[in-house]
Amino acid sequence: MIPVRSLVLVSSDPESVSRGAQEVHRRLQREVEAYDLDEEIVVSMVGDVGRHDALPMVIVYPEAVIYGPVTQEDVPFLVEEHLVKGRIAAGLQASTKELSGRIAWLSARRGTLPAEQRIVLARAGLIDPGDVEEYIIHDGYEALATALTEMTPADVINEIGKSGLKGRGGAGFPTGMKWRFVSQTDDYPKYIICNADESEPGTFKDRLILEGDPHSIIEAMAIAGYAVGASEGYIYVRGEYSLAQERLVEAISQARQMGLLGERIFDSGFGFDIHVHTGAGAYICGEETALLESLEGKRGEPRSRPPYPTTHGLWGKPSVVNNVETIANVPPIIKNGAAWYRRFGTTSSPGTKVYTILGNVNVTGLVEVPMGITLREVIAIYGKGMKGSAAFKLAQTGGSSGSIIPASLQDTPMDFDSYARAGVSLGSGALLICDEDTCVVDLARVLLNFFRHESCGKCTPCRVGTQRAHQILTAISEGVGTTRDLSDLQMLSENLTEFSHCGLGQTAAVPIRDVFRHFRAEVDAHVQLKVCPTGACQMSGQWASTPWAGRAA
Amino acid sequence: MAIGVKEVANVHSIVQAAVTRHSSSAEALVPILSEINQEVGYLPGQALAELSQLLKVPKSHLFSLASFYEMLSTKPRGRHVIQFCESAPCHVVGGREVWQELQDELGLEPGETSEDGKWTLLTSSCLGICGVGPVIIIDDDIYGNVAVERVPEILARYV
Repeated sequence: MIPVRSLVLVSSDPESVSRGAQEVHRRLQREVEAYDLDEEIVVSMVGDVGRHDALPMVIVYPEAVIYGPVTQEDVPFLVEEHLVKGRIAAGLQASTKELSGRIAWLSARRGTLPAEQRIVLARAGLIDPGDVEEYIIHDGYEALATALTEMTPADVINEIGKSGLKGRGGAGFPTGMKWRFVSQTDDYPKYIICNADESEPGTFKDRLILEGDPHSIIEAMAIAGYAVGASEGYIYVRGEYSLAQERLVEAISQARQMGLLGERIFDSGFGFDIHVHTGAGAYICGEETALLESLEGKRGEPRSRPPYPTTHGLWGKPSVVNNVETIANVPPIIKNGAAWYRRFGTTSSPGTKVYTILGNVNVTGLVEVPMGITLREVIAIYGKGMKGSAAFKLAQTGGSSGSIIPASLQDTPMDFDSYARAGVSLGSGALLICDEDTCVVDLARVLLNFFRHESCGKCTPCRVGTQRAHQILTAISEGVGTTRDLSDLQMLSENLTEFSHCGLGQTAAVPIRDVFRHFRAEVDAHVQLKVCPTGACQMSGQWASTPWAGRAA
Repeated sequence: MAIGVKEVANVHSIVQAAVTRHSSSAEALVPILSEINQEVGYLPGQALAELSQLLKVPKSHLFSLASFYEMLSTKPRGRHVIQFCESAPCHVVGGREVWQELQDELGLEPGETSEDGKWTLLTSSCLGICGVGPVIIIDDDIYGNVAVERVPEILARYV
């Protein structure tokens, strides 16, 4: 390798690309060449860098100075000042207020926020996702080599089991157990399926892994294949994630060329190959059995369980279905051992969790932190506090499998068990932080609108229940809700939970249940007094014209 | 995304090309339909009929797929397709006002196509770009942190 003096990284998430990241990248390369510095300065497009307040961003290592938003007109100045004269290009840095602290942490470690612990995102935003050699330099494919040459399939499953890794897609099922079920069947062929149909509202962690570090998923799937005896894998990528698809297809072809996929990987007798399957827009396909139906060229309607995919999966054959974030934990565990992995997180939920922080906080973005951190810490440290110093009212955890967390639970450790004991759930890791101006009725209405839209229509409780619940919540938010509506809503929520065919309908009831449980008075105010206490709802009910209706104090 | 409606003669060759590029196995059905949808702008009856013949798959099955998946359409769409994310993360940071402004500016309800065939307005579930909500996608262009005031200016970029 040529000794590299500086590494210049350009963010290339979709938002950055739409704001001209590619032009900035090309211009950087031209300028660097013009100064004849291209031998010692590497300019790379990397994935999402985890901050979204000043895109596109340019980060210069080793000083770890963050510039953004950078336009192509800024590039000559940036190159001349920073890369030629060796001083910070004044005025181009991203939010200078936070800069000094950010340089310190970025230089100290490769994360993007203080106290972050990056395992699955260790390379995302740091390496060129289009270059397999960069992945290999950063310990890539080492775990696969270890697994194939030094471990038996049973060893691999034991190690994953001992690590305590649990599914990160929302359900939290132990990964080692899932693999063991598949390995124990004698039915062949078996399949490894990576669920990359990430569509939970507010969740984009998988996109970041796929765009920033596609080889990690390929390596992880090959290890899984070796462990359970599968020689074929599918990555089901959401149709909207076109950049992730491109990167995966490219990465797979590189891996094939280097013999990291295909026959006899590392001369071991084990062969594995991966296909990328593109979805066509259906949230329900994130449900594992709906995903399998969709892969088989059908409508993505969930199957009845049991039998589970571990015995009757794709084409009726045993299949491992793992979420992107879950499976991305596999290579680090195999490389460093289960004991190492257990050093992070809590005893019952080891490891890290990737959260997306959204809503009414000062800094939105994405962090990977050990399990067991609290909401208060997330808001204060990573969100840099509530926007406008407003009071924190509630957080909605991502998508269908999450719930509404009231302020009273903000000191509960965020791990699978502590949250389950408190009657709430982590969901897929999206944290929508809402301030005191957020109306819970309005929020529940928006959430139900989502479920209504995404219900596949197969079973009546969900198809009709989500529709009806949305109607009622709309009526309440318009000030025309009745007491009868409240009892109907309660009943609908119970019916959804009890009788829906799959998780979508069952969890569509969660926002209703949570709002009733934690914010009953606010709902009652809408119905009994025709008042929206936050002033968010446009009330048109009979009392709406009274002076104290509408924006109450 | 939909860019204009191609000539009928073209549909035939687009269907042929899509089938050739993918396999004729069941798992290729949705990708084939996606490709035709992308090329033609939607899935005309002719495309489904030809595909049914070629792959020996009932037309009803193809229609069941076309009507299920969000990115497939059996109706022609406008020259420009606007997708607006109406999920909670965008909603709480001002999405509601932006959505109202979009509807007012275009005079369209969700799912409608304008009479001049210029716009189709669609609501969409989370687009995965929540860090910069509210988000609008027009064709392949992504607009993040959209404020109400920016809407007319964004729309004016398209002819």
